[in-house]
Amino acid sequence: MKQEFTITVYTENQIGLLTRIAIIFSRRKINVESLNTSPSEIENIHRFNIVINETEEVVRKLCRQIEKQVEVLKAYYSSNDEIIWQEMALYKVPTDQVAEKVQVERLLRQYGARAVVIRNDYTVFEATGHREETDKLIEILGEFGLIEFVRSARVAIIKNSNGFHDKLRQFEQREPGEEVIENEYLGQNQKVFTM
Amino acid sequence: MSTIAEPIGSKAAGTEKTTTISGSVAVLEAFLAEGVDTIFGYPGGAIMPIYDALYDYNDKLKHILVRHEQGGIHAAQGYARTSGRTGVVFATSGPGATNLVTGLADAMIDSNPIVCVTGQVFAHLLGTDAFQETDVINITTPVTKWNYQVTDASEIPHVLAKAFYIASSGRPGPVLIDITKNAQLQLFEYSGYQKCNHIRSYRPKPNIRTEYIEQAAAWINQAQRPFVLFGQGVILGKAEQEFKAFIEKSGIPAAWTIMGLSALPTDHPLNVGMLGMHGNYGPNVLTNECDVLIAVGMRFDDRVTGRLDKYARQAKVIHLDIDPAEIDKNVKTTVPVWGDCKETLPLLTAAINQKVYPQWLDKFNDYRRQEEEQCIVPEMNPTSEVMTMAEVIHALNDLTNGDAVIVTDVGQHQMVACRYAKFTQSQSNVTSGGLGTMGFGLPAAIGAKYGAPDREVIAIIGDGGIQMTIQELGTIMQFGVAVKIIVLNNQFLGMVRQWQQLFHDKRYSFVNITSPDFVAVAKGYHIDAQKVEHREQLRAALKTMIDSKESYLLEIMVGKENNVFPMVPQGCSVAEIRLK
Repeated sequence: MKQEFTITVYTENQIGLLTRIAIIFSRRKINVESLNTSPSEIENIHRFNIVINETEEVVRKLCRQIEKQVEVLKAYYSSNDEIIWQEMALYKVPTDQVAEKVQVERLLRQYGARAVVIRNDYTVFEATGHREETDKLIEILGEFGLIEFVRSARVAIIKNSNGFHDKLRQFEQREPGEEVIENEYLGQNQKVFTM
Repeated sequence: MSTIAEPIGSKAAGTEKTTTISGSVAVLEAFLAEGVDTIFGYPGGAIMPIYDALYDYNDKLKHILVRHEQGGIHAAQGYARTSGRTGVVFATSGPGATNLVTGLADAMIDSNPIVCVTGQVFAHLLGTDAFQETDVINITTPVTKWNYQVTDASEIPHVLAKAFYIASSGRPGPVLIDITKNAQLQLFEYSGYQKCNHIRSYRPKPNIRTEYIEQAAAWINQAQRPFVLFGQGVILGKAEQEFKAFIEKSGIPAAWTIMGLSALPTDHPLNVGMLGMHGNYGPNVLTNECDVLIAVGMRFDDRVTGRLDKYARQAKVIHLDIDPAEIDKNVKTTVPVWGDCKETLPLLTAAINQKVYPQWLDKFNDYRRQEEEQCIVPEMNPTSEVMTMAEVIHALNDLTNGDAVIVTDVGQHQMVACRYAKFTQSQSNVTSGGLGTMGFGLPAAIGAKYGAPDREVIAIIGDGGIQMTIQELGTIMQFGVAVKIIVLNNQFLGMVRQWQQLFHDKRYSFVNITSPDFVAVAKGYHIDAQKVEHREQLRAALKTMIDSKESYLLEIMVGKENNVFPMVPQGCSVAEIRLK
């Protein structure tokens, strides 16, 4: 069953790596819903957050293809309940509408939006949250003459992660690390032997 | 510059000595340090500084001037395949670099270690649509294991060290280094060449997990009808002995993919033949009857598996591969043995019991007999007046005793050559397996000869494929490359014609290709040649070709509408293989 997955990729900082990662999706005609690159907790190591709608099996294979790239250290995938995530949205609305209607202010407060810029002609609000929340606000502000809307890519933190410092130390060792392919039979020796 | 007696910038004891050299010289010094002896290339504007430097290295680096950059990279692939070393290519920017793309894609899918160095316009012209500028890095990204653009000469030593390391380690593949002209010309302080043996984000050699070895051994030990499939991983891992020891102790019949061909001698009693669309009858049918399937260094290509949802569903699958992305990619694995098979096979051999499977092997022999009766014997000893491709290969086997390197192009002749050619040693079959590149054969044969100069190299090519890269006869002429060329001429693009016959109601759409007088063309290139039209001439002509000390071309006329059988029709299960 297809569902939303967030892929977290730790990489070296190298020109062209974005293309190498992007074509892994486009080659298979998979649409990238959202893509964010940022620094990570470690200097010089970058972090990609990629959101796609696919089955877990496909996502697992994609992660292996991503990890195969020379400059990629590690790729993880997580379902939405395994991560904390946020997206940021900006909304531009006519100031007169906002000023005149008390209702608007109440709604904005309800959605945790705050004003970033207030000018005579327009006001820009910012809201951060999940897709449904920022979407809802478009709907509401639409009634009050929404002029412009933009939303950022998803940024996500993996709940069950201790960061990348330890992993990086393993990578820096010259000897190969303990990384293995996940195998449903591993650790179930007894079951394996019944044919 | 005077001739260089020892590597430039070699470290004197205790002191870091630097020398001022150009980026171009640094490229050639890197090649020498990496043990490169042959470069296949073609000069042009943006790579002229490197070619200028090469002028002084003529005594240490052999440069083969090909007739087209595609020929250069296919030659480097042939070189890599027969020598087990990294093939090296030079090309200029723009069209020179784009001409490499087919070869890069071919090397990528067939895991050939290749390093291409391309010239590029001056760094300040990048992105301005300068003369002969193309975005080579982005064009080649999907078809390279790694690529990098150098704009500063000081990067060259470590970038090339990385290039050679990445190309040849783990699952090998092509690497392209694009060097701007200013970097080639630029002088910099060079402190010697350091080989690369570690990149922190790159894991060529995974740790071997003993759990998996134990699980795999347990499955093998209790198997009743185990079956081994092997691919090029055995050759790339230089693990032929380890593989032989494994099958001999386990007693398991083994079948090969065309990339794995020659890793196990043809006459080995456990070698049961070829897998896949035009493979042997038994290995295909019995894939769906075995209980444990052990895949070694192969990737379950669709030409091997046929219809996936009907492929070996009954079997437990043990997959030995160095590339984790291959595990579970096409066929769901029961036990993945991730690692270099040079290391995993001995561990597995130690953990399994010595066994034989006489009844199971008899099944293979039964199918073999059926195939011989219906396909092999009629093909090899035809009663028709026209010659068959198989009888040519059969006659060739008698003359080479299986010791030759066989290079093929793509199409019917390729399948026939792979099916019928005999091999006694590894690294002897050079073919375009994954990409199916017509035009591969002739240039690859040139490279194969440089990779194995003491061996007989025979290129078997169709009348279609040879016309795609026929200009490489010029390379053979100029450098006296003693490759033997057999053109199997059926006056058709035979494989497409076969499909049109079988699946498109014989609507022969643009497959009747006409050919020049190949003998005259060869002679125009000062290559001796003859045409064989009758069976009585065949053996004598082949002998003349083999006995020739120089290159020789033999055009052999074969049946126009002969088909390659057995065949697993596309979309069918391997068990549905047809004998006619």
